[in-house]
Amino acid sequence: MKLTLSSSPHQRVKRDTSQVMRLVILAMVPGIIAQVILFGFGVLIQAMIAVLTAIVTEAMIVYMRGKRVTFALNDFSAILTALLLAVSIPPLLPWWMTVVGTFFAIAIVKQLYGGLGFNLFNPAMAGYVMLLISFPAAMTLWLPPSSLTSIQPDFWDTLSIIMSDFTVSGHSMDQLRVAVDGVTMATPLDTVKTALSQNLTYPEALNQPIFSSNIATSAGAGWAWVSLAYLAGGLVLVKTKVINWHIPTATLASAAILSLIFFLADSDSFASPLFHILNGSLIFGAFFIATDPVTASTTDKGRIVFGAFIGMWVIIIRTFGGYPDAVAFAVIIMNMAVPLIDYYTRPRTYGHMAKKARNPR
Amino acid sequence: MPSYQDLTLQGLWKNNPALVQLLGLCPLLAVTATFINGLGLGLATMLVLMGSNITVSLIRNVVRNEIRIPIFVMIIASFVTIVQLLMNAFTYELYLTLGIFIPLIVTNCAIIGRAEAFASKNSILPAAYDGLVMGTGFTVVLVVLGGFREVLGNGTLFTGADRLFGEVANNWQVTLFATDSPFLLAILPPGAFLGMGLLIACKNAVDAHLAARKPQTEKTITRARVTTEI
Repeated sequence: MKLTLSSSPHQRVKRDTSQVMRLVILAMVPGIIAQVILFGFGVLIQAMIAVLTAIVTEAMIVYMRGKRVTFALNDFSAILTALLLAVSIPPLLPWWMTVVGTFFAIAIVKQLYGGLGFNLFNPAMAGYVMLLISFPAAMTLWLPPSSLTSIQPDFWDTLSIIMSDFTVSGHSMDQLRVAVDGVTMATPLDTVKTALSQNLTYPEALNQPIFSSNIATSAGAGWAWVSLAYLAGGLVLVKTKVINWHIPTATLASAAILSLIFFLADSDSFASPLFHILNGSLIFGAFFIATDPVTASTTDKGRIVFGAFIGMWVIIIRTFGGYPDAVAFAVIIMNMAVPLIDYYTRPRTYGHMAKKARNPR
Repeated sequence: MPSYQDLTLQGLWKNNPALVQLLGLCPLLAVTATFINGLGLGLATMLVLMGSNITVSLIRNVVRNEIRIPIFVMIIASFVTIVQLLMNAFTYELYLTLGIFIPLIVTNCAIIGRAEAFASKNSILPAAYDGLVMGTGFTVVLVVLGGFREVLGNGTLFTGADRLFGEVANNWQVTLFATDSPFLLAILPPGAFLGMGLLIACKNAVDAHLAARKPQTEKTITRARVTTEI
């Protein structure tokens, strides 16, 4: 028998960075397919624009920094960032806004801090927040699910409206957003928020057409399916151990518990936990955004704290804040707290005793 | 006393109060949403800086060392009050736009920094000149940042020039491009921080470029003394 000697480390990671990134991209496919089926081709075109911008930007900056361009591009991290951004923005956003957002995410948020592994903030979410506060009007123009709209744009219409603000047949964004019954529709989160601000109760808000054909009483038509598709992809990631279970579980649990407390206290003015989880980007955020290995906490205990606070911020900002959804803001806020969380949740070093036992006096 | 040429270089580039000393960032970041706002606050700061430098230099041999800082602050505060009243009288709209940031010039560390570091050690003429170039350096940064943010955020330049220059400037506004969805980030506070960071980065890049072009001087090896008497 041949015994080989090798130096440590003996236990190696089974996957390298690019494999992890590609697995995450693959896990996003069900969600993207659901988005295409329910909301049209916009997301695919945005993904193409964003990925192209990300590759060009990354190559440019890496070249300017004097590093190896092929090495930086081969880890797929820029492509993943672009995809995460592309599925988060409204599908019919003008193309140059997508380009600006992706450039900001890659050039400023990621590369200026030193590239992959050194960025403090989640690049995709920082890019999203930048777009949201820069172009608040365009960033909240979501299409209703195709089943509810009167005009269903095909691929070329979608491409044309992204590039030139009008479809091939000359319809504008506002016309596309008109539903079958002639009423312009917002997202479920927006609808409920507006209704609550108009002194309607939460059950009354659910009577709006956006909630009519749904899978559960309090989920919006279409949006819930997208969330569930991302949930499926996310569970695969957990199963294959690409991401840990701590962050998504903690995020969803804390959001559910906090919203349940509000809901039980006053079910007329606060939305139910199921509504909060299935609508907006909470599931997507919990599995794909918050679990970013660079910007999330690195200890198991820390991950639970990190996720729990993200869930808390999402519910607080959704309920009391000015914006309908809050995953991006929550993730950015908690990114800032990660060094602190990591400091207080350092695992015990092997061979050392816990603090209390070490000093019995 | 350093030469005037050296003073100019220090104030405008090498020791620029905004880009290098990073002093007075609060008004710098808060009012630079437009070119004219930046110019207005820059000129006000420059006037205060010159006035306080001259006065501090005048009394530098009279004031006792122990109480110099409160005296400097009072001198600066009087000049700020003068400038504030002048702006209230002659450029009322700009006065309203800049608001709290005019009285806050008192807290601009660049001013007390120059009073302490330069004016209290030099005669009147160099002190006044130092105030002028330091103020100009500060104003240039304010104006560049303000112009950058205004162009990015609104697509215009020199908006509200009449607030500073009177009716002559009514139609000075230049529209570079018109847009329905302005780049709000540039106008909002984060735009100021990002713009300031990029300006500093540009300055450092230019410095590095100049340093690289300069021929390398031969390093002279000096023997380090290891046996100093204590």
